[in-house]
Amino acid sequence: MADVALKGVQKSFGSTKVIHGVDLEIRDGEFVVFVGPSGCGKSTLLRLIAGLEGITAGELCIDCERVNDLPPAKRGIAMVFQSYALYPHMNVYDNMAFGLELAKASKAEIDRRVRETARLLQIDALLDRKPRQLSGGQRQRVAIGRAIVREPKVFLFDEPLSNLDAALRVQTRIEIAKLHSDMKATMIYVTHDQVEAMTLADRIVVLNAGRIEQVGTPLELYHHPANLFVARFIGSPQMNLIQAEVTQTSPEGVQVRLPNGSTVITAVTSECIQRGESVTLGIRPDHVTVGRTGIVTGRIVLVEELGENHLLYTDTDDGTRLTARAPGDAKYEIGDAISLEFSGKFCHLFKSSGEALAPSQI
Amino acid sequence: MSATAARDIAPAPISAHERPSPLTRSRVRAAWAFVAPTLFVLALIAGWPLARTIWFSLTDANLNNLSDYAFIGFENYLVHDNGEWLGLLVDPEWWRSVWNTVWFTLVSVSIETVLGIVVALMLNAAFPGRGIMRAIILIPWAIPTVVSAKMWNWMLHDQFGVINDMLLRLGLIASPIIWTANPDTALWAVVMVDVWKATPFMALLILAALQMLPQDIYEAARVDGIHPVRVFFRVTLPLIRPALLVAVIFRALDALRVFDLIYVLTANSRDTMSMSAYARQQLVDFQEVGFGSAASTLIFLIIALLVVITIVVGRVRLSEDAQ
Repeated sequence: MADVALKGVQKSFGSTKVIHGVDLEIRDGEFVVFVGPSGCGKSTLLRLIAGLEGITAGELCIDCERVNDLPPAKRGIAMVFQSYALYPHMNVYDNMAFGLELAKASKAEIDRRVRETARLLQIDALLDRKPRQLSGGQRQRVAIGRAIVREPKVFLFDEPLSNLDAALRVQTRIEIAKLHSDMKATMIYVTHDQVEAMTLADRIVVLNAGRIEQVGTPLELYHHPANLFVARFIGSPQMNLIQAEVTQTSPEGVQVRLPNGSTVITAVTSECIQRGESVTLGIRPDHVTVGRTGIVTGRIVLVEELGENHLLYTDTDDGTRLTARAPGDAKYEIGDAISLEFSGKFCHLFKSSGEALAPSQI
Repeated sequence: MSATAARDIAPAPISAHERPSPLTRSRVRAAWAFVAPTLFVLALIAGWPLARTIWFSLTDANLNNLSDYAFIGFENYLVHDNGEWLGLLVDPEWWRSVWNTVWFTLVSVSIETVLGIVVALMLNAAFPGRGIMRAIILIPWAIPTVVSAKMWNWMLHDQFGVINDMLLRLGLIASPIIWTANPDTALWAVVMVDVWKATPFMALLILAALQMLPQDIYEAARVDGIHPVRVFFRVTLPLIRPALLVAVIFRALDALRVFDLIYVLTANSRDTMSMSAYARQQLVDFQEVGFGSAASTLIFLIIALLVVITIVVGRVRLSEDAQ
């Protein structure tokens, strides 16, 4: 078990720079999730840590040792691949034992570790099977088992659940979380699925275009996104974003005017904002409610009935698309006129640069 | 390969008491309609000549007058006459040519397989100019055998050949070697030219198999720190084995039928005569159509037997993998 430190890590492929200087400290035993849209560099960053790609500039330390120039096998890591990467011609036992045979482990020791891990993952009945005789979930367990038997300092997961169906994904997610709490190992996990990120992570690293946008616990990211990108990326359905203009600033908050003329006092600090500045107001659908005399009015364009609640997609009179979460027993139909309201204390404000204003201290 | 394909398209077995549904019957009809032209052409160009050859092998036909022959049973193969055994099966020349051919096939295909794997592994690695290299390496295969055999004939020439010249200058030999006429070197010379020519073909088939391999398992092996040589023997080789088997069968079939290369390089030398050359000599030079046909029939049987053995052995090992 070990901590991992990245200092100004950069990666270029030819003249294309894909990682623009990443600084990150991952503590011993922490579960860190890299999340971001396709092509943001999250998998590349993981492959840099694994040693499958060379680092162009910067420093990577595992367990306080600089490992930039060490081959993957000497870094004390184990990796679980999205495609499982099982050897198709070997049975489950050999798949798990193959990587150990050179690691100075005796036959009896290998056997003990493989069988123990197989029991842990409930694949001990499958040891004689070939990968093609296994279901996707079982293959994923074998891939995880292959990582566990190596007893690495750091586990690396590259989108391990994206080839599984929805139900299995949830189940395996829970098992990985349990595995982490049992093993207390440092784990780095790459995903594009923010639900996986939110549910698994001690800390989430949101990446965009080769840069870190924000690092924080899941709830920090949810409640206090540092910028528009994180606000858009974390939370489902997406945060509603409304163009607005600052009309008044005070220690209690910032008053903004929405396109339809109504005003909202948002609970953010006014220190670095001025009257007349244009901003983006963000409000999560959970905090938008249907009211009689709402802040904005519009018409429903789509209703998604999820059971426990409805998602109402509304086009306001000024053309902004707003999503609201309504109770599941309410009756709404497409085309209904609707009035929506929300409280200023749940609102986020983002400057035109995308940077979020800190919440006010009251 | 064709056996696998046939198994894939064959309709599910139907139990005796169950009548096939109209849909199944129409699919069977359609299948026959598609296969019939091929069967017809095959019967015409392969079945008929083969049947005729087998028939001639049971006669005393002569090239002078092909319409005048008599049925003599298996006398071309083996006959007891005046207290001694005669016929193809006791002809030492024939068995010598069989041995030549089998030796040539084993040695040349083995060397081509090993070299083919080496070349394919090299071409599979990423390096600048790989596309051009892949094209260049195919040139020996693209040259007609007669042309390359003639070319090598000159290179191996005892007086004017560049190979003797080079070896002499390097001091490796004291006097020129008559490569293609010396009984000790003639068959090796043939093997060398065949290897030169056929290795690209092997390499290309193996390269195609290598490029089908999933890349992620190699990354997994790197993360696990497994030595590349070990990865080759434990991962790459087992995974390309089916393709390798096909390539070896192809090459072995070619090698067992070898004629033009040996004919051009060493003419009718007994030291290098192959089964095909023997049959041609009987058929054309000696005009013994009946006897030559008997040789041709035996060639057919020998090759068929070897292929069946290879496929059966290969399938047994493949199905072991599948378990």
